[in-house]
Amino acid sequence: MKSSKYRPIIRRFCRHKMAVFCLALLTVLILMALLAPVISPYSPQKPTGQFNQPPSAQHILGTDRIGRDMFSRILYAMRVSLLVGFLATAISTVIGVLLGLVSGYFGGAADKIIMGFTDMVMSFPYILLVLVAAAIFRPGMWSIILILGFVDWPGVARLVRGNVLSLKQTNFIKGDVTAGMPRRYILFSEILPNTIAPVLVYATSVFAISILDEAALSFLGMGVQPPTPSLGNLLNGAESLSVLTGKPWLWLPAGAVIVLLAVCINFVGDALRDAFDPRNS
Amino acid sequence: MWKYILKKLLLAIPLLFGITVIDYAIMSLAGSPLDMLVGPRVSQGTLAARAAQWGLDQSFLNQYLHWLGEVLRGNLGYSYKSYQPVSELIGSHIGPTLLLMGVSMVLGLIMAVPAGIYSAVHRYQKRDYAVVSASFLFSSIPGFFLALVLIYLFTVRLGWLPSSGMVTAGVGGGALDVLRHLIMPALVLSVGVAGGNIRYIRSAVLEILEMDYLRTATAKGMGHKIVIRRHAVRNALLPIVTVIGMQIPTLFGGAVIVEQLFSWPGLGLITMNAVLSRDYPVIMGVCLLSAVVVLAANLITDILYALVDPTIKY
Repeated sequence: MKSSKYRPIIRRFCRHKMAVFCLALLTVLILMALLAPVISPYSPQKPTGQFNQPPSAQHILGTDRIGRDMFSRILYAMRVSLLVGFLATAISTVIGVLLGLVSGYFGGAADKIIMGFTDMVMSFPYILLVLVAAAIFRPGMWSIILILGFVDWPGVARLVRGNVLSLKQTNFIKGDVTAGMPRRYILFSEILPNTIAPVLVYATSVFAISILDEAALSFLGMGVQPPTPSLGNLLNGAESLSVLTGKPWLWLPAGAVIVLLAVCINFVGDALRDAFDPRNS
Repeated sequence: MWKYILKKLLLAIPLLFGITVIDYAIMSLAGSPLDMLVGPRVSQGTLAARAAQWGLDQSFLNQYLHWLGEVLRGNLGYSYKSYQPVSELIGSHIGPTLLLMGVSMVLGLIMAVPAGIYSAVHRYQKRDYAVVSASFLFSSIPGFFLALVLIYLFTVRLGWLPSSGMVTAGVGGGALDVLRHLIMPALVLSVGVAGGNIRYIRSAVLEILEMDYLRTATAKGMGHKIVIRRHAVRNALLPIVTVIGMQIPTLFGGAVIVEQLFSWPGLGLITMNAVLSRDYPVIMGVCLLSAVVVLAANLITDILYALVDPTIKY
């Protein structure tokens, strides 16, 4: 029964060849990140060769200024960046969904207050909020996860609220209300499942944005702190002219991985949007 | 109409207050600016005197009310660091930022509007996929990485463009000199603007292409190009106007990072420095300014929308 429900969605997704390719690439990258301890040739923290060596047979992406293997560091950095992106997205999605459900379903004063607050957070220059927040908490991986998670939710909240408002007008929800179903049941067993698809699509773009934001903040030195590698702080050294000009292996691969991750996630999200849309059958 | 504008204005005021309260609260949590003074040559007495001078010995509420009272009287306070009036500091740095943001926005729209329309008109063809793919690529490149690549290419390898500041030191000045400094930072920001907008404009045009009046126009025998130009594009301009307002916060955020990288002497640069040194009055001044700009942009968008779209009731 279940598989027949998903088959048209999978079929529609597969029409996007680029997205299928991106999903495969993304899977490979995520597996590489997860299996970093197994596949990385050297330790990401210990110097294992001469410093500032260009790519060679022993170190396929060269070594950094104290002789650590860059390929291993990028693998571990991917782990950190993906984890930050994933957890930040999870936090903001949960907050956004809950606020959106409450706001849309109950309406009235709750709706006004929540939406007023959402407008405030949205009209705030995002980076200013993040920078100030990063200055409050000691910069590090966990604070960056919390900061991004607590800043990124307004979009989801608005999306869910809109969906709830239109679902409330449908006959099956009106029927539930007339039948005297408990509120909890209507909210979580009827409305929520019907708004999962757009939320999932939206979450993919938040995932990409979180990875980009982590990179930007870590690059500025306010995110994940060295020696823990992240895709952003690997690029940090490129601000010095000698690294930028003479040692491209220290910054180009890390930047390329960020772009690759974000592009792939965006393509997959776009194809999902198409696949979930029943009008496209 | 006037009633509608008044209503929108009155709604914006509590929002502005709310934003300043949140700003102040977050900033107070960020830690005391006195921490930045502590050193072997600073005595306890000096610290206490400073705290009293800056009003830091008072409660959060009192500090906020004091700040608010001064702002209502037109005084944004003085920088803790340079002792300059905040309004003067903002006034001397706002020009470069407005120039950078304005040029980037225009450049971004010049890229996005034709691309989005082209993509929508050729929906589901190879050209459409190419444009959409490019837009995904544009919005997936972190600004700082693009900046590094551009500096590497145009400053280091080719030596064509300067990579820092707004004018060349010593010989500086002249519109051409500023333009040469402006190219790279504006390009970085406009790529971000274009990335998101291409898809937005594409879907706005697509929606209009399915409208009955377009079918009517085509049925009347108007040429395809005229239909697109006279009916579709004109009506698609409306949603495009709305996104411009929404993009100001994002654009400002991008400007903070880009100004940092290119040492562009704008608001972003002083904001970053103020955050790092906990210069409260400066942070609050910039936050207030950006909130006012964003709310004003939203208000203008709403009014324009109401003026253009007769179906909106007010």
